Amino acid sequence: MTLPLLIRRSLRQHALSTMVTAISIALAGGLLMAVWSLKQQARQTFEQMDGGWDAVLGARSSKLQLVLNAIFHLEASPGNLAPADVEFIARNPAVHHVVPIAMGDNYQGFRIVGTTTNLFTEHEYQPGRKLQVTGTGRLFDDGYREAVLGSFAARKLGFKVGSEFKPYHGLNYDANSQHEETYVVTGVLEPSNTPADKVIWIPLAGLQNMAGHDPATATDVSAVLVKLRAPAAGRQLDQMYNKQGNRLTFAWPIGAVMSQLFDKIGWFDRVLTLVAALVALVAAGSVLTSIYNSMAARRRDLAILRALGARRTTIFGAIVGEAVAVVALGNLLAFGLYFVILSATALILREQTGVVIDAWQFNAVWLWAPATLLGLGALAGMVPAWVAYRMDVAAGLTPDS
Amino acid sequence: MALLEVTGLKKSFRDPEGRSMAVLDVPHFQLSAGAHIGLAGTSGTGKTTFLHCLAGILAPDAGSIVLDGESICPGSEAVRDSIRARSLGYIFQTFNLLQGFTCLENVLLGMSFGRGPDRARAEELLRRVGLADRLRHLPRQLSTGQQQRVAVARALANHPKLVLADEPTGNLDAANARDALALIREICHEAGAALICVSHDPQVLSTFPERLSLADLNRAARRPNPVSA
Repeated sequence: MTLPLLIRRSLRQHALSTMVTAISIALAGGLLMAVWSLKQQARQTFEQMDGGWDAVLGARSSKLQLVLNAIFHLEASPGNLAPADVEFIARNPAVHHVVPIAMGDNYQGFRIVGTTTNLFTEHEYQPGRKLQVTGTGRLFDDGYREAVLGSFAARKLGFKVGSEFKPYHGLNYDANSQHEETYVVTGVLEPSNTPADKVIWIPLAGLQNMAGHDPATATDVSAVLVKLRAPAAGRQLDQMYNKQGNRLTFAWPIGAVMSQLFDKIGWFDRVLTLVAALVALVAAGSVLTSIYNSMAARRRDLAILRALGARRTTIFGAIVGEAVAVVALGNLLAFGLYFVILSATALILREQTGVVIDAWQFNAVWLWAPATLLGLGALAGMVPAWVAYRMDVAAGLTPDS
Repeated sequence: MALLEVTGLKKSFRDPEGRSMAVLDVPHFQLSAGAHIGLAGTSGTGKTTFLHCLAGILAPDAGSIVLDGESICPGSEAVRDSIRARSLGYIFQTFNLLQGFTCLENVLLGMSFGRGPDRARAEELLRRVGLADRLRHLPRQLSTGQQQRVAVARALANHPKLVLADEPTGNLDAANARDALALIREICHEAGAALICVSHDPQVLSTFPERLSLADLNRAARRPNPVSA
């Protein structure tokens, strides 16, 4: 009863410094956990987020640009492919199916992608799961100015079946470059938690023949999404397109390409981790200074406790326990901050990339970060605890004035 | 057999120039179980140092202190802490109550390091000193006299064999001083505890049939401070 009571009362007596210190711990812990969890989840999600495709074929460029453009609908298209290139790869025995895509327009910033309906009818973005239209909607007809919206795009634009819109030219929204053609929404896709959710899908011919587009390239596509019969077959195509040819790029495997992106920005990752670790050290320092600075004020109380028979080890334990309690309180707040940071980041990430991050997904950092902070707090508490341990009881009992 | 036996007790401190300054030199002192003694001591006679040595708060340079057969000194600090927690009660001139704790908690803490907290006894003691309705009050919410009574209850909390009172009435007015002293003696008597009450006040000392002068007891107080290099 004695030790918890001593700790509780001391925390209450120094409520302000306790709260300030706990908040600094919360910032450190929350940031550390958020950075760690984000980097792991982001990498894992981006590497696995292939939309069910094994490879992307596109104009000669970097594999990363091709994947970002065709799978994540980020970045600009590196160039076009002729219809013969699409037919050639589609006939390859190693290929199960292909879906050509064309892009170059948007509606209020949401990318419009021309494609064929086998994206919805034949392709599985996850084993056993296809992109499906909800409720009374239907897929677009190839010969008509019709559109199917990803769930996120539909929600953000407030579009339903029957809504009409006129596309804008270019990948970025410019109010002065609206096309004349009017498209009708025929369906909204069920959420897939893939980048497809933020796309406006229209027939391939619709995008290719949009007024203002170059008629000379009206049959070209921006990229071809490729599903192989066996993922390992990509090696042969990789050899053929990337090593023997110099006109096209075959981005395969998609996960490895995305992994390169994270390897490239690995330094940033390490900087963030270092910053979080430094913040944790600073927070531990704040525990130390907060308790250490209060030692003069509590010198008499500690001397009284010693005069009542408390041992040096009891006093030492009470001070270390107090430091640990402050960190424990900070850890609790840190979890709150963690969920706020991750939820906000998940929202932004979803809007920007269509990739979904789960703030509630367990990560080992939930265990080791609070434990590390507790350890650091205990270590920090040992400094003032040592001062208390060494205190001259007789001198402490003497009133200051 | 004496409850408390002090032999050849010596204690000195260093002055700011680093010279040794003898404060205590008590060749012999003893106290019987249950005895109440008034110890006269003016400022500078080493009364607080003497009590701190008896309580094991200070370790003397030489000599022995034995309380109820247990050696306070020589002995380890852990042993001194343990004896202080189990067998000694200390009433300070400035009460030394823990300001962040209620009256009841102050008394319970007095027990915690010894026999362990006994809520019923703590409440009974506070009732006995007339503070039954102040159990959850903080010291600052009490008058000076009431604070002194909490200190008395705390000193008696662990069934001590010996109670040391250092100028227990020094901070009280005459009426409160008289009441407090009577209460201390009464409660010590009821508990069967011996009492050493150090005071410079002749009125306080006059209530004790057995009185001693610290100046007589402490040879260091009788002569100018010997200085050794």
